[in-house]
Amino acid sequence: MEKNNQVNVEQSSLKLDTSKYHVRKTNKGLRVLVFVGLILWAFINLFPIYWMFTFSLKTNEEIFGENVAGLPNEWKWENYDTAFWGKGGRDKKAAGNIDGTEEGGFQLPKIIRQFINSVIITVSTILISIFAAMMATFAMSRIQWKLSKWAYAMFMLGLTIPIHASLLPVYKTISSLGLLNTYTSLILPYSAFSLAMSILICSGFMEDIPKELDEAAYIDGAGLWKTFIKVIVPLMKPALATIGIYTFLQCWNELMFANQFISSGDKMTLPVGVQQLSGQYLTEWGPIGAALVIATFPTLLVYIFFSKKIQDSFIAGAVKG
Amino acid sequence: MKQKQKYIAIFLFLLPALLLFVGLLIAPIIMSIYYSLFDWNGLRALDPSNDFVGLKNYATLFNQRIQFGSALKNAFILAGLSVFLQLPFSLALALALGKKIKGERAFLSIYFLPVLISTVVIGQLWLKIYNPEYGILNTFLRALGYDGENIRWLGDQSIALGSVFVPTLWQYVGYHMLLLYAGVKGVSPELREAAKLDGCTDWQVNWNVVIPTIKPIIKVSVIFAVTGSLKSFDLIYVLTNGGPMKATEVPSIIMINQLFKANQYGIGSAIAVLLIILCFFFAILIGFIFKERDIYGKK
Repeated sequence: MEKNNQVNVEQSSLKLDTSKYHVRKTNKGLRVLVFVGLILWAFINLFPIYWMFTFSLKTNEEIFGENVAGLPNEWKWENYDTAFWGKGGRDKKAAGNIDGTEEGGFQLPKIIRQFINSVIITVSTILISIFAAMMATFAMSRIQWKLSKWAYAMFMLGLTIPIHASLLPVYKTISSLGLLNTYTSLILPYSAFSLAMSILICSGFMEDIPKELDEAAYIDGAGLWKTFIKVIVPLMKPALATIGIYTFLQCWNELMFANQFISSGDKMTLPVGVQQLSGQYLTEWGPIGAALVIATFPTLLVYIFFSKKIQDSFIAGAVKG
Repeated sequence: MKQKQKYIAIFLFLLPALLLFVGLLIAPIIMSIYYSLFDWNGLRALDPSNDFVGLKNYATLFNQRIQFGSALKNAFILAGLSVFLQLPFSLALALALGKKIKGERAFLSIYFLPVLISTVVIGQLWLKIYNPEYGILNTFLRALGYDGENIRWLGDQSIALGSVFVPTLWQYVGYHMLLLYAGVKGVSPELREAAKLDGCTDWQVNWNVVIPTIKPIIKVSVIFAVTGSLKSFDLIYVLTNGGPMKATEVPSIIMINQLFKANQYGIGSAIAVLLIILCFFFAILIGFIFKERDIYGKK
C-alpha cells in the first residue's frame, strides 16, 4: 500500500513538471474519430448477436421480408419449443407422435442434454489439465534436477503441435478400446492438448511464490508431497481461473474430434448437436435461431456477470506466459 | 538413498502429464508419420511389407484430384490476412483502449464476446447473414440501392474464399486485442510520461515506446495467428466444407475428407504430418524474425 502511494506521489510530481514543458496534445478531432471507430466496431460485434435473438422469435415471413432487422412483431416462442422438443413442440413429443414411439418418463430436451455433456467434458478436462500441470510444474520448477529445463521445453512443444496431428491414431486406439461415444474419448485428447498452455501458465504463477516457503516447510520436516499439497496448491488459486478460461476456449468449441468421436447418441457435445439440428431445419430459420440462442445463452449469462474476472484471468495468462 | 527418493518423487509428479503428453501427442505423431508411408485404406489391417509406398502419398497430395497445393495456398492467404490485417487492427484497438478512454471496460467486453461464442453458432449465424435470398447482408445492400442479382457469397467460386475468411478473422480480433491490451497496460506510465516530456505525440509514443516494449506479446500473437490459420477448420467446415468446387478448401478439410470419407488413411496421415512440420517451421521462423529485430539490436 505504501509503495503504491509512493508511486502516486512520483507520478503527480512528474505531472507537475510536465506543465513547464510543451507537451503535445492529441488532436481533438482525431480522438473523436477514434471513438466513433470504436463504437462502429462494437456495433459490428453486437449486431449479429442481436439479429440472432430477434430472428429466433420470428416467423419465416417476418425474417424473409416484412421485418428483417427490427424486433419481432409477434413473439413466436414456438420456435423455442421446436428447438427443445423437435417438430410440433413438447405436446406432440409427449404424446409420442414424433416417430410413433412412446417414451417413458421424463426426458431432457436434446439440446439441454448436449449442453450438459459439453459442460461435463469441459470441466473434466479443466480439472485433469490443472491437476497434471500443477504436479508437473512443481517437479520442474521447485525440485532441482539436471533435465528439468529439457522436460519443460518438451512440454512446450505442445503449444505448436496441431490437434489434427493425432486425430487418426487416437481415433483408431479409442475405437479399438471400445471408447467411441464416451466422454473419455474427448476428455483425454482435450486434456493432452491443453496441457502445454496450462503448464506455461502454472509456471508463470508458481514463480511468484517465494522459494523461502518451500525451504521453511522443508525445515519443518515436510516432504515434497506435503510441501506441494499444503504450501503450493493453496497458493496457486489465482492460476486456476486463468487455466480454466484458456482450457475452456480450447475445448468448448472443438468440433473436429467431437464430430468423429461422439457422432451419435446422448453423449454428443453442443457444437455437434447444433450443427446437426441446423441441418434438419434448413428452411425454417426460427427454430435454428432458437437453438443458437439456447446454445449461447448460458455462456452469455456467465460472461455478463463475470466479464471482468474472465478478462482479467485471460490477461493474467498473457502476462505470465 | 535420499537422491533415489527424490528421483522417484520427480517421476511421480511428472507421471500424469507425461502419460497424457506421450500417450496422446508424441506416440500418435510417430504413428502418423508411420501411417503416412503406406497405401492403406484402414478397412483391413496394415500389411507393412505389401503396402509400403515410401513418400508416394506426399506426392499424391499434389495431384489434380486432391489439389492439396491450392488448399495450402488458401491457408497461407488466411495467415497473411491474419498477420497483416487482423493483428494490426487488433493492435490499434488495444492501443486505443489502453489509454483510459471512456467506456474502456464496455468496449473490451463487447470485443471479446465473439471469442466466447461457439464457433458452430457463429458459423450458422453467418450462413444466415450470407444467405443469397434472405440474408441480412444482401438485404442491407439492396437497401443501399444495389439492384443486381442476389450475391451468392458462399456459392460463387470467385468470392467464397473471401466470404469464409471474414467471419474467421472477425471472431478472433477480440482474442488478439485482449492479449495485446494486456501488454499495453503493462507498459509503465513513467516510460510514457518520459516520452511525452521529450515531445512525442501519442502516435510517436505508441510507435517508439509501447510497440517495442510489447514485442514479446506481439510475437505470441503472430505465432498464434499463423499456426491458427494453418489449422483452421471449424468455421470453414460449417460454412462451406471446402466448396464450391474446392474453392475454400484448407488442409484440415482435405485431411478429414481423405480420412473419413475416402478412407485414405495414408494420405490423411501425410497431411497431418505436413501440418505439424509447417506449424513448427513457422513457429521457429517467427521466433527467429523477432529475435533479430530486438529493440536493442542484439539477442
